[in-house]
Amino acid sequence: MKEIVLNVFILLTVVPCLWVALSSSIVHAAFSLLVTLFGVAGLYVLLGADFIGVVQVIVYIGGILVLIIFGVMMTQRGKLLPLSVQLPGRLFGGLLSGIILVTLILAASRSLWREAASLADPEPTSAAIGDLLLGKYLVAFEVASVLLLVALVGAVLIVRRSVRGE
Amino acid sequence: MSYSLQSFLIVSSLLFCLGTFTVLTRRNAIGVLMGIELILNGAGLNFVAFSRFLQPPQTTSLLSGQVFTLFIIAIAAAEVAVALAIVLALYSQMKTIDVDDFKELRG
Repeated sequence: MKEIVLNVFILLTVVPCLWVALSSSIVHAAFSLLVTLFGVAGLYVLLGADFIGVVQVIVYIGGILVLIIFGVMMTQRGKLLPLSVQLPGRLFGGLLSGIILVTLILAASRSLWREAASLADPEPTSAAIGDLLLGKYLVAFEVASVLLLVALVGAVLIVRRSVRGE
Repeated sequence: MSYSLQSFLIVSSLLFCLGTFTVLTRRNAIGVLMGIELILNGAGLNFVAFSRFLQPPQTTSLLSGQVFTLFIIAIAAAEVAVALAIVLALYSQMKTIDVDDFKELRG
């Protein structure tokens, strides 16, 4: 049963991901990205990471993807430009990422991972993650919040300046 | 595929490599951004898979990998906001988001 669900989510992740990489329409690519991100959220839940799964849905699908779709809508006036580079460039890109893929898969399957002897049953993780964020990783947490504030102000500033034409 | 560390590593390698392919071959700046999202997702999936399957050293918590993924998601949100602002600024200046046309800084 678990394996069936796992394979469904793997298909849900990888197949639309191919479409993101190969589709000739930017809108189709954006909506395939939605399905891919949802599939990754499902994989997180299957790994026992309930909190990360929910955060993935809220932040990626609710935030980042909406931003990307807004960006697509605001930049598609006028003529549609060709979405991908010419064939030699695609061959080169395919070759390079194919080499990386083969290397990564070989490394993943040949390495001797120090795996836990038995898998513990997944438990709710929110409380423990909260402890870690406000304890061991407090500095990183605060730096990340400052980074988000800076990104917010910076994004507004960049767009405002270009609207006023300075 | 079976429920094992290797299956998750293979899926995240696929995400990563399709992401690099997208970044390398798209001419549309927003398409390049989508590729970057795929790459970050692959990395996050790797962290969570390791935190589930590997034996942690005595001093670290089992959940450290998940905290790293949380930080990746937060930084991806910041990155995409700034990147889209830059793309929109470029679009209002140059009326295109074709990355091949942005070559003012080429040496």
